[in-house]
Formats: sequence, structure tokens, C-alpha cells
Amino acid sequence: MSQKNRLGTGGRIDRTTPLKFQYNGKTYTGFQGDTLASAILANGIDVVGRSFKYSRPRGVVAAGAEEPNAVLQLGATEETQVPNVRATQQELFDGLTSQAVNGWPNVDNDMMSWVGKLGGKMMPPGFYYKTFMYPKSLWDTYESMIRKAAGLGRSPLENDPDTYDKVNQHCDVLVVGAGPAGLAAALTAARSGARVILADEQSEFGGSLLSSKELLDGKPATSWVKSAVDELAGCADVLLLPRATVNGYHDHNFLTIHERLTDHLADKAPVGMVRQRLHRVRAKWVVLATGAHERPLVFSNNDVPGCMIASAVSTYINRYGVVPGSELVLMTTNDYGYQAALDWHDAQRKVVAIVDTRQNPQGARVEQARKRGLNVITGSAVIEVQGSKRVSGVSVATIDAAGNKVTGAVNRLNADTVASSGGWSPVIHLSSHTGSRPVWDDKVVGFVPGPTVQKQLTAGGINGKYSINEALSEGVLAGLNALAKLDLPATEVVLPSAADMVEEASMTLFQIPHLLPTSKAPKQFVDYQTDVTAAGIEVACREGFESIEHVKRYTAMGFGTDQGKLGNINGMAVAAKALNKTIPETGTTIFRPNYTPVTFGAMVGRDCGELFDPKRYTAMHKWHVEHGAKFEDVGQWKRGWYYPKPGESMQECLDRECKATRDSVGILDASTLGKIDIQGADAREFLGRIYTNAWAKLAVGKCRYGLMCGEDGMVFDDGVTSCLGDNHFLMTTTTGGAPRVLEWLELWHQTEWPELDVYFNTVTDHWSTLTISGPNSRKLLSELTDFDLSNENFSFMDVHQCTVAGVPARVFRISFTGELSYEINVQANYGMHVWEKLFEHGKQFNLTPYGTETMHVLRAEKGFIIAGQDTDGSVHPHDLGMSWCVSDQKPFSYVGKRGMARQDCMRENRKQLVGLKTKEPKVVIPEGSQAVFDPNEPIPMTMVGHITSSYYSANLGHSIAMGVIKGGLSRMGETVYYPQADGRVIEAEICSLVFLDPKGERQNV
Amino acid sequence: MFYIYCPHCGEHREEEEFHAKGQAHIVRPIDPAACDDKAWGEYLFFRKNPRGLHHELWIHAAGCRKFFNMTRDTVTYEIKEIYKIGEQPSVVAGNKLAGNK
Ligand SMILES: [Zn+2]
Repeated sequence: MSQKNRLGTGGRIDRTTPLKFQYNGKTYTGFQGDTLASAILANGIDVVGRSFKYSRPRGVVAAGAEEPNAVLQLGATEETQVPNVRATQQELFDGLTSQAVNGWPNVDNDMMSWVGKLGGKMMPPGFYYKTFMYPKSLWDTYESMIRKAAGLGRSPLENDPDTYDKVNQHCDVLVVGAGPAGLAAALTAARSGARVILADEQSEFGGSLLSSKELLDGKPATSWVKSAVDELAGCADVLLLPRATVNGYHDHNFLTIHERLTDHLADKAPVGMVRQRLHRVRAKWVVLATGAHERPLVFSNNDVPGCMIASAVSTYINRYGVVPGSELVLMTTNDYGYQAALDWHDAQRKVVAIVDTRQNPQGARVEQARKRGLNVITGSAVIEVQGSKRVSGVSVATIDAAGNKVTGAVNRLNADTVASSGGWSPVIHLSSHTGSRPVWDDKVVGFVPGPTVQKQLTAGGINGKYSINEALSEGVLAGLNALAKLDLPATEVVLPSAADMVEEASMTLFQIPHLLPTSKAPKQFVDYQTDVTAAGIEVACREGFESIEHVKRYTAMGFGTDQGKLGNINGMAVAAKALNKTIPETGTTIFRPNYTPVTFGAMVGRDCGELFDPKRYTAMHKWHVEHGAKFEDVGQWKRGWYYPKPGESMQECLDRECKATRDSVGILDASTLGKIDIQGADAREFLGRIYTNAWAKLAVGKCRYGLMCGEDGMVFDDGVTSCLGDNHFLMTTTTGGAPRVLEWLELWHQTEWPELDVYFNTVTDHWSTLTISGPNSRKLLSELTDFDLSNENFSFMDVHQCTVAGVPARVFRISFTGELSYEINVQANYGMHVWEKLFEHGKQFNLTPYGTETMHVLRAEKGFIIAGQDTDGSVHPHDLGMSWCVSDQKPFSYVGKRGMARQDCMRENRKQLVGLKTKEPKVVIPEGSQAVFDPNEPIPMTMVGHITSSYYSANLGHSIAMGVIKGGLSRMGETVYYPQADGRVIEAEICSLVFLDPKGERQNV
Repeated sequence: MFYIYCPHCGEHREEEEFHAKGQAHIVRPIDPAACDDKAWGEYLFFRKNPRGLHHELWIHAAGCRKFFNMTRDTVTYEIKEIYKIGEQPSVVAGNKLAGNK
């Protein structure tokens, strides 16, 4: 295929390295150095997508990050699909495969365009807002149509094969943007030895200089760029990041940079090379040298392919050697816009006319145009474009000096390209990310960065300083300012200079008038990506949306993936006019991170798959795996859930584990229980203040169960704490609650009772905890220790230090199953040894491993609560029937005591925890089921409680449940009902929580 | 993301290492039993939500595990002062410049 728009010479492309690429299934050729957009234009491709709402054909408009239309899908294979790629920022590589994303069945013949032809009546402004507001049924009708019509690409269906990375950076000065201002700032800072990071979104440093024809000290600007970059590259403390977009400016000078390392190499990237890297930068000072985006003008049919912003035309000609058309009409409100026509003419293509909206322009570039003999039409505007898939002509008319109305006859001109320039909008996005409100500057005709608390400096185009000389000197100034703030010495920087050009004031004009009022004129697009028109904004204003933030939400202006980079200011101007206000009076425009879309890969980095979240394993994990355990996550812990034998169902497995434990002996890996070592002369006093029960008399060598409440009196954790010495206690917590409890203890000690002599440390990981439970547990343990295990010497709630299987152990005779039970704690790395010894000797007792599920069933048979499952932050100890665990005698008003005495905590009819026995013994009530007293009450029924725990108990031969019921403790024997979603109603009787061994004899033997 | 000076470690560290624990300087009544429900409710539930300077309790949770106080501007997120438990702030509303560091 020929590149019909490619010039024979010029540009920063390598004509000796042709690259093949695919667009919509056809193969084309571009050159090394092209972007996908420049290659598309070189090949004369006009249509790159269909518009979101009206399905109108759209072409490339811009040459950088602000491009709204050329948003393509990339990827040759399913796994490498990348949606949302701006063709203007994608470097071309050999084999690149791209697709337009809007358009069905394809962009050239779009079935949906009939919707657009109806004038968008199906989707007027506020469409989404209105459909969400009005009957839900409407949404279903529209949704599938909208989804099909409005895709901006799709995500891949297969896993991303690439590797992504994150890195933390610290620097003295982060310079954002490597145009003239950024390069000057970076050089100034670097020469003084500052640690500098210079980041730019493009593949090459230089910014606007890369496509400029201006000379610096009589030489091409790019030769100064090269010398500056070479010097920076030679500095030890300078990090140069091309292809790196600073996407977010966050609090305290924290910035994120999205660096693309292989997106321009694709499958030719070295194997294992990171595709993208997210730099997390803490910068002492930031210099924003982000430049400016040119504003297109708003006129009728300004979206027909061939309509572009003027500077993009220059960029394609000068940087890529591509003239994107044959016959140009340029419309401009300012001198700088003329450059496009000058470049077009110099590329030997026809400039049909330069239409200047000003009455009598005479600046340097204007005169250059006249000198070249170009047709300069003043005091006029392009009021309308003709054409559908490509511009075919324009209507030009004279307008009044204010730009409000058409004053003369309309002339038709033939053209295939319309470049427009409405002036420039400083790229203030980053400066507004941290909440700084931009300020309107009448002279700049745009918003400039407002006051900020960040350590931020700005230079060049972002300040509305557009000439090369101004940008360079602002850059040096910012660099010197940063050095002064950093207390670093300044060194001299001698700048090159460009020839001064006389520039006249530009005209403040955004929307071009038409013969017809805006509402009747052919569509005048403001935001291409979301298809917002000037008429749509007028409708929004007429419907009462007066703040620009409301207008934006109502019309969706600025809500595309381009965040309205081209359209926002024009939209504000249209709204301001409709509301008869000034632009700043309608509000400011606030941008949010990220500046351009960031891939999920870059955000995730290596924190995916196996490394998504840290995993915690006990010392016996390998054994569990080898013995077929199913695991469940408890916090970050991998806990054995149950240990099915081949062919066994989960229920069969649980039944077997539960029975084996109560009949003989079972073993649980309880290492994950939180363990906090508490020491100090006041440790005992501290426990008394933090637990609801008494600790003053707990003897050395004894254990006690404790309940912990918040100041509101609600249960928040529980566990057994043992007295290991007069000043030494070991507290256990729930597995998930351990860090929270430790922080809770520290909070009270550090902020409320610092006078107490007490210290806390987490020792969860130091110990392996092996719990053997069941009538044969004593016999089993006695095989591994010489210690006297008789009930007299080692009774219930005792702790002893002894030797088990040859290693030192702390053995706690405590029980969460209600059986004779020992919790053997050994140094973590001895855990596996003792575990295996127990199995060696446990064969004769049918020692059976069980996991968390059987643990739950066994404790529920005894009515033991699990904090966080049977409690939810709204139940106090009395609600749980655990008044026995609340002391009234303690002198100190412990945490939760006053809270429990609040009026609401003392009232009648609170929800209380009770046992529930189904009338049908085999039916297990689903956990979370709501209880009602009257199953025949019409909906909405009066709910009186819910199920917190529910299981089938093989030991008892029927189901058991725990749940809260209003006034439940005084309703023993009454019937409650649990209506289910499927229409069933489960009937249950309120009973004691203790289903098994109500006298507690089994654990005391 | 904040950059926070821990007065116990003597270093600036990333916010990821810290937990915010709400309003600082909430005094637990000496005799809770003497509080009526209203007074106890004020202590338990009512918190300031100022636009501007706010005194907050923080903990260097993934660091030294120690609590400290922070005076922070809730509009700009500037940290105006860090001071230890038991100390009083020198930067207070209406006196923004005092002790600014
Ligand atoms: Zn610390």
C-alpha cells in the first residue's frame, strides 16, 4: 500500500525502516518513528471510529494525549488485547494489530448511525440521568443497545502474559515534561548536583521543539535538545524517564509515573523484560512543565473527519513527514495558528484559505502568510463544514467583532481539511489533582494553576507562556527556585534563544456563530468523545443546571477517557454564554488522577497471582497438604478446614471427624490463634481493666477465659489468658483479631494508663499449638511425656511447662470442645516433630485430624461462642447469657462496664443468644436466616432475630443452631420460624445453648 | 498518600505504615459510674469534624507501634504538627502560625 500523504523528506522518521501494521484487518506500512496515528494519516485513512452517541464517523483530531477520537484496541492475540489506546501516543512497531472500537458492524458502515440521524432524540442530554431516574424497566431496554454501541474497547479474556513492576523513588526535583521549559529546569537543577527525575510521556525528549521549525541560536531546536539530553544523561543523580507519563499528583508531593518500557517493541521485547513500571515518587520539589493543549473551535459539523487542531497539522508535517490532506482551510483566533498553514504550504500542498476571526491581524506569522501569497480572509469564520466521512467543503462568512453573529453572505470553499485554533489551554491537570482550584486568567484566556500547598513550581506553557524564549527562561527560573528551596547552590545556565516574533493578541472566541441559532444549526461538537454539543449544553442550562459541575454530569462532558482535554473550556464558555456569566463564574474545571488511562497491570505490579496477598502458614502446613486437607482463609492464614478421605463428602468427613474426637481423640492445628505475651508489675491490673471478668486472684499456673468489650459494652474479642508468673501472662485472641487486640491493648496503655508498668508483644508466630481433644487425649499425651497428667496434678484450666516428645512445651489444659483436652505449645520449629510423634503414637487411638469446620461444630455442641460470628458489635455479654463472665466487684471501672449500663443495654427485649433445635431433626437452618414469631404475617414481616451458627451434629443425631432472638433467654421452649427465600418455613424450638454434656463433666475427667 | 514524621522513630515514613485512630485528646471520665447516659454518650460517640485544623491520634502500626498526635488541616491535608501523647498542640485553630514547622 502506498502512503499517499507521506512527504518525500523531512520529519523524525526513518524511511529506511518500513513497518507493517494492521488496522481493521487490512495491512498498511508506516516507518520507524511513526505513531499509529501518523501512520494511519500517512495511509489516508479518514475514519478511526464512530461517535459514542450519534454514531458519526470520526477521524484523528490531535497528535498527543488530548486525542479524543483515535482510541483503538490493540493486540494480535486474545491475551495481549489492550483497550483504550490513543493512537497518537502509540509508537508504531512491526506487526502492530489495531482495531477501531466504536462502530457496529464496522466503522465505515455503521448500523447504529440511524440513531444518530434521528438527531439523537433517543439519547438527549441527560439521557443517563433521566433513565436512571425514571422507571427501571426503561434501562433494561436501552442497556444492551448502549453497551453494544458505546464500547471504548474490551478487556482481554485471557491472562496478561506480561510482567509489570513498581518502584519507589525519592528525588530533590521531579520535572514533569521535557519540552523547552522542562529541559531548562532539569539542566539548572542537575548542574547543582540535585537528584533530578525528568519524565516525559513521549518517546523522545523535546516536547514542542520536536515539531518546531524555529531555530535556537541559528540552529534547529532539536540540536539544542540533543545537547541538553546528553548533558543530563551524563549526570550521576539524574534519572531520565521517556515514555513515562506523570499521571497523578497526590498529597505531600507524592507522584505516580506510568513508564512504558516495551509497548513500542511488543513481541520483540527481550523475554522477561518488564512491560510497564509504576514509579511512586516522593519529590522534595516538583516542576510542572506540562505545556498546553490547543483548543479547537466549536462550529457546525466540526467533527467530520478532516477537522483537526492546527498544531496537530504542524506536528504531523514537521515531525512525521505526513500531510493529512490536500486542501486546507485554517480557521484561527490567534497568530500561532497560522503556523499550520505555513507548514502546509511549505509542504507544497494547497492552502485554500486562512480564515482569521480577528478584524485586522498583522502579527509576524500573519505577514509571513501574506508574503507567501496565501489567501487570508479576516473578520470571518468557518461557520459550517460539509462532508460525512471526510470534509468536502466549508461555509465561510463574516462575523462581528465580538464573534457573536454572522454579518455577511456565506461563501462556499472546497477543502478536505479544516484546521482550527481557538488558542491554548494550559495543561493544569496535575496541579489540580491535590485539590488546588485553577484560576482563570483573562490574558491567557484559560485556567492557570491556582494556589497550592504542595511544593510545586510551574514553568512555560502551563503558565500561559508559549514562546520558546519565555518557556526556556521560565524553566531556568523554576530550577533556580527549587535549588533555593533545597538550600543547594545555583550554577549559571546560558540559554540559547529563538528569534523574537511579534505576536498580536488573540481573540477570545470559543463557539463560532451560525446563521441559525445553536439549537437549530447543524451539530457543533464540544466534547467529541462523549458526543456533547453546544446545543446539548444549552439544554442543560435551560433545564436549570447552572454550575459547570452539574452541567458536566448532566451532559457527560469531560467524562470520557480523555477527561475532556479538548472540550472542557469550550463547554464552559458555551455554558457561560447561555447563563450570561463569565467563565470563572460558572466554576472551575477540576481534573482528577489519572491524567491518561493507566493499565491495571501497572497498578497491580507484581502483587498478583501468588503474590496478591501475603499468606501465612503454620509449621505443620506441609502435613495438612499431604493429608488432603481442604483449606480456608482466616485472615491471611491458611487453615485446615476438613480432611476428607477419598470418596468422602464434606458432611461425611465432618461427621467422622466429630465422632472420632468425642469417641476417642482428635487433633487440631491451632497455631494461628493470636498470642500476646504480657509482662510487667502491673500486667494483672491491666488485664482487670481490659477484660470484663476478675483477674486479681488468678494463681500462677492457672488459665482463665476472658471477654473483652469496647467502651460501648459490646463484645469485641475473647480468649483464654494464662498466668505464667506473677508478672507474666499469655493472652490468646481469635485468629483474625490478633493484630486488632494488640493495637487495642497498646491504645489503652499508651494513651490512657501510661503509668502502668506493662509490656505487650505478639508471639503468635513463635509457637506451634497442637490441640488434642477427646477422652483418650490424656492417654495419648502420656505416651510422649513423663509429666504426671493425673487429674489431681494437672487439672482443668492448668498450665504446665514440661517436655513433650523430647522438646520443651507449655501445655494448657483448656477445652474448646468440652472434652478432656490439651493445647500443646512448642517452639514453632518443633511443631512438625511433635505433630508427627503424636500421630505415631496416636494410631492406637484412631487419632483423627480435624479442621476449623469440625472445631466449629464441636464448640457449637457446647454453646461456646465465636467472637465475630455469634457477635456483631451489637451484643454485650449479658445478651450472650454470659453474665458469669462480668464482674461487678472490680474497683476499677473496666473498659465496657459503663457502656453496658446504658439505658439501651439494660432494656427489655434485647436480642439474646440462644440455642435452636429444628422440629425436623435433619434440617439445618441456613446461617443468616431471619426469625419471625408469626409465620403467617404478611410481608414485611416482623423480624425478631437471626441465626449466627448452624450445623448438623453427628454426635447428637440432629441439627443444632445458635442465634439471637428478641427476649430469647426468657422464651425457652417457644417456637420460632425461619422463612426461606424458596418459600419453605423452618420451624425451631428455642433451647439452651448447651446441647451436649450440660453439666460440663467431660472436660473435667 | 501522606508522608508522616514518627516522633518515636525520628523519621518520615510512608502513610502505609500508619493507622489513623480518630480524634485526639478524648479524655476518659475519671469516674465513669458518675456519668449519666448523656455524658457517657458524648465521650463515646461524639466527635469533631472540623474544616481546617484537626487534632488526630495516629499509630505507627507497621513500625514502632507507638501512638502520637497529629495536627492536620482537613482541607489541604497539610500536617502542621506532630507531638507525643500527653503533650498539648502548639498549633491550634485561630493560632495557625504558632509553632508551624
Ligand atoms: Zn515509629
